Amino acid sequence: MNYTADKPTETKTEDEMAASNTRASKKEVVLDVKDLSIFYGNNEAVKRANMGIEKNAVTALIGPSGCGKSTFIRSINRMNDLIPSSRAEGEIIYDGINILRNDINVVALRSEIGMVFQKPNPFPKSIYNNITHALKYNGQKNKKVLDEIVEESLRKAALWDEVKDRLHQSALSLSGGQQQRLCIARTLAMEPQILLLDEPASALDPVSNSKIEELILQLKEDYSIVIVTHNMSQASRVSDKTAFFLNGDVVEYDDTKKIFTNPSETKTEEYISGRFG
Amino acid sequence: MNSRITDRIATGVFYTIAAIMVALLLYLFYFILSNGLPQVTWDFLTSPSSSYQAGGGIRDQLFNSLYILFITMIITVPLGVCGGIYMAEYAKPGKITNFIRTCIEMLASLPSIVVGLFGLLIFVNITGWGYTIIGGALALTIFNIPVMVRVTEDAIRSVPKEQKEASLALGITRWHTIKTVILPYAFPGILTGAILASGRVFGEAAALLYTAGLSTPTLDYGNWNPFAENSPLNIFRPAETLAVHIWSVNTQGLIPDVREVANGASAVLVIAVLVFNLLARWLGSVIHKKLTAGK
Repeated sequence: MNYTADKPTETKTEDEMAASNTRASKKEVVLDVKDLSIFYGNNEAVKRANMGIEKNAVTALIGPSGCGKSTFIRSINRMNDLIPSSRAEGEIIYDGINILRNDINVVALRSEIGMVFQKPNPFPKSIYNNITHALKYNGQKNKKVLDEIVEESLRKAALWDEVKDRLHQSALSLSGGQQQRLCIARTLAMEPQILLLDEPASALDPVSNSKIEELILQLKEDYSIVIVTHNMSQASRVSDKTAFFLNGDVVEYDDTKKIFTNPSETKTEEYISGRFG
Repeated sequence: MNSRITDRIATGVFYTIAAIMVALLLYLFYFILSNGLPQVTWDFLTSPSSSYQAGGGIRDQLFNSLYILFITMIITVPLGVCGGIYMAEYAKPGKITNFIRTCIEMLASLPSIVVGLFGLLIFVNITGWGYTIIGGALALTIFNIPVMVRVTEDAIRSVPKEQKEASLALGITRWHTIKTVILPYAFPGILTGAILASGRVFGEAAALLYTAGLSTPTLDYGNWNPFAENSPLNIFRPAETLAVHIWSVNTQGLIPDVREVANGASAVLVIAVLVFNLLARWLGSVIHKKLTAGK
């Protein structure tokens, strides 16, 4: 943990140890969202959301366009900071610290909480350099180490076999699905704890789409994943937990199985059965 | 029926205006080049100008023009690019930014003769340098910087938002993102802008009349010591540029072949500006292709 400006020395009290032990017996919460509200100017895009995002699980965010799910996921690694009029209230607790605080080192935070976007956005560089871009910035210059990380992250992203003979070709020569997996590989190279996927497969063809889904299921072993998706069947296939957003409210947040078979809220039922949105 | 006729008339008007512009340009080129090109010989380009006798060339003026251009760009490009980065990436929208933008636009639209007189006051009199290359270059910088700032800002703003997000989301600082992702992407646009600005600098006369002066000392092209009086590289010497030379031989020339020299110099000037423009387009498209298509 190295993302606070001045790191407070933390010693866990015995009570806390006990508490975390009992939590571990259930599912550990990696991100605790408390009363999170996000505003664009005066418009409240997310309204007092509460959500405990579990470790090593896939959490899907579903809902109609403009319901606030993208705004929500972008606040987790502070990408909303790029929008001058945006403002967040409430807390997102990660590793015991509220990451919405002003003194958080956003740069370090983003290397622990990585993000992949809707549209594949590789840099106009070689495949190899796309992955080493951030590593070199962090001072890793050893060619051997870089080679290893490139191979490992491409393997994790299930792209190695397809590109191992052309690592130094332009990333733009890859297909859309390959580009997206490269973007995932590039994020994995940073060894994040959490992976945020903002509709990662919506711009891709069905084959690439299912490859991404397989990949998500594999990555779950090592990472905590939050995924925004418009594709309801995709949410039901890949996720453990699902949150249904509507007009900025988290209408329902529960086990995916329950949401898709026996939702508590009628709004949720109407949405997943395709009556609106 | 009625709207169809209006549509035809509008189309016709626009075609006519476009045709007039092209015709005007072609005629201008034809006129300048047909009068000037016969004068442009190797001898004309490589011999110094004369004050009283016929047969002088434009060697020193041509060199001065290129050298002042070079010095100006050395000052302008870094400052202008930094200003553009600030305007595109760091300036927060609001009153102060709008004020800065208005200032930049005003600076760009200052009449060049006014900039020249300002230069006379500051770079010639107050500094006590007299007429110098550096004084001329600084005067040119004044109205060149706004152009560079504008060009850089536009080029940076045209970089896809996704590229910037990709780099920031990897936990990379804003400055490093600008350096390694945004500037390379914006480079063709910035380069094109810089070359177009060069064309303008190359042809500028009014701002240089009172700053770089109307004379050139006898130059020894073998002397590369930039501090020597007769070295062409000395930036603290007066330097008459090509555009200023055209003006001065026309208004106060004592040589019998004023017309020939002016025509020849004009042709060289026009060709140089034309080359700058074509170079800018060509380089811009080549680099853009290289960046987007990959190896």
